[in-house]
Amino acid sequence: MAYEFATIYWRDMLRFVRFRIALVASLIQPALWMALYGAAMSSNFSRLGSGMVVPVGAVTVSYLTFMGAGVIALTTLFTSLFGGITLLFDKNWGLMRELLASPMPRNHIIVGIGLSGVTKSFIQVMVIMGFGLVIGVRFFQGYTLLQTVGAILGVLLFVGIFSLGFLFLSSAISMSMETPEGLQAVITLLTLPLFFASNALYPIDAFPGPVRILSQFNPMTHLVNGVRYFAVGNDFYAIGTHYVYTTNDLLISLLALMAFAAVMFLVAWRVFKKAVVT
Amino acid sequence: MSANIIEVKNLEYKYGDFKAVDGVSFFVREGEIFSFLGPNGAGKSTVINILTTLLPVQKGTAFVAGYDLAREPEQVRRSIGIVFQDETLDRDLTVWESLELHGRIYSMPKDERRQRIDEIIKLVELEEKRDVRTRNLSGGMKRRLEIGRGLMTRPKVLFLDEPTIGLDTQTRRRMWDYIKMVNESGTTIFLTTHYMDEADLVSNWIDIVDHGKIIASGNPTDLKDALGRDMIYLQTSDDEATKNMLQGFKAVMDVKATTQGLVVTINTDGTHCLPLIMNRLKEKGIEIISVNLKKPTLDDVFVHHTGRDIRNAGAEKLHRIQPRGGK
Repeated sequence: MAYEFATIYWRDMLRFVRFRIALVASLIQPALWMALYGAAMSSNFSRLGSGMVVPVGAVTVSYLTFMGAGVIALTTLFTSLFGGITLLFDKNWGLMRELLASPMPRNHIIVGIGLSGVTKSFIQVMVIMGFGLVIGVRFFQGYTLLQTVGAILGVLLFVGIFSLGFLFLSSAISMSMETPEGLQAVITLLTLPLFFASNALYPIDAFPGPVRILSQFNPMTHLVNGVRYFAVGNDFYAIGTHYVYTTNDLLISLLALMAFAAVMFLVAWRVFKKAVVT
Repeated sequence: MSANIIEVKNLEYKYGDFKAVDGVSFFVREGEIFSFLGPNGAGKSTVINILTTLLPVQKGTAFVAGYDLAREPEQVRRSIGIVFQDETLDRDLTVWESLELHGRIYSMPKDERRQRIDEIIKLVELEEKRDVRTRNLSGGMKRRLEIGRGLMTRPKVLFLDEPTIGLDTQTRRRMWDYIKMVNESGTTIFLTTHYMDEADLVSNWIDIVDHGKIIASGNPTDLKDALGRDMIYLQTSDDEATKNMLQGFKAVMDVKATTQGLVVTINTDGTHCLPLIMNRLKEKGIEIISVNLKKPTLDDVFVHHTGRDIRNAGAEKLHRIQPRGGK
């Protein structure tokens, strides 16, 4: 029986609840995004967009609601990209040799870290959605209770797969890096384009050509699509753009994220198989 | 299965072009305490890393507990316990959690695991620290925990890589008591250490490795006896003449000139031989500046075979050759 990944999960979650400061900080950051950037941009956009003609039948949503999905994506990206950092610390100052010299198959380490990272992301996303509702994000408008539960599960599905992909990537990077400084640099470098070349904060239609193409391959864009579909709806109007998501669009985004996660798992697996820590 | 729990034949390991292990062959008998000694960079760590499956077998064969390291590394992992040279604890887990983690990644069933954890905590006397995070343990406690952890799965062989490094004398002595106790209960011990006196005290068998090769092998007594029964450290007004004179003595096996005088190895009882030598020197008019008589230690064996002191410091050598109160 191979449940050793559950042990890695258990250990990582133990550390998570022990470092409450990290948990709190990771929740304050998205709250600040929404409270400061979101509120400021929202009032600006409503001023600019006051003269625009809303297409017939489309529901207008506020910028705050629009970017709420982006903040969920950003937070998940951050948490997941840093989720593998434990492995680097283990490698340099602790447990990694004990893990690698054990009979446990190495892919259990990857899976265990992946699942604990997803759990952390779920907790964060739930808190962000709750906080969002308090400050005026209009998610799940007009949904029945059952629909709301379904929509939340839908959001979590997208968040989960996206998060796994970046956790696998993070594990692979952490395992190949020698120092936390190097890891920090690589992750910061990755975060910026992933975040800005996506539809998290604004529509991608207005992007210059190459960036638009890039953004269509960006997992962030697919995550945001999924979150908006479930939390905001499949037909809405925000910051001058009419959004219509078909079921096909949704499936494509889901498949794109699954493919991304699968490839990242293979990358991480390869790194772990070859890893020598002595 | 043979009575040898570890069998290594013609083992080679290269890092790029550098041959760290150059055709090493040795064996460890079941139930013994085997010491693998060598200066830093001799290839010791590489051999241990191969035997504990952290490095692959590149060339040669190695069997541990009857399993081929190259083909059945997982079986080997299940048969061994390892105490690494550097600390490998999660500092934010408690003593109990550290052992629980170990039992779980070695797939021990829950009941057995929990029972074993209690036994181990008792064995290494950490009952009061059970729920304390390992970052708050002393160096000795951490080592005890790691040794206990290595024993949790009742391994056939326990690898101890410098188990007492960085510990104070008292803790070291206790650590050896544990290790001997563990060995008496049937676990074979594979040991590396920088402390020759400790290796001498506990080992049944010693292999000395240098430049990737085994250069001496035997039980501690034989290894020391091979150097002669006694060693005399002598400083005189004319070392050259003394050396020539001593080489005429039948009892003298070897005279080595060092910067701190002569080291004379003899094959008889030094307490009787030394006065004779001193009388003869006086007759010849050679003045004796300092003299010291001692039994060869494992340190001497090590220096004899490797040409180096096991610790890199030259100070200790100087201290030994120039006795206190001399010149």
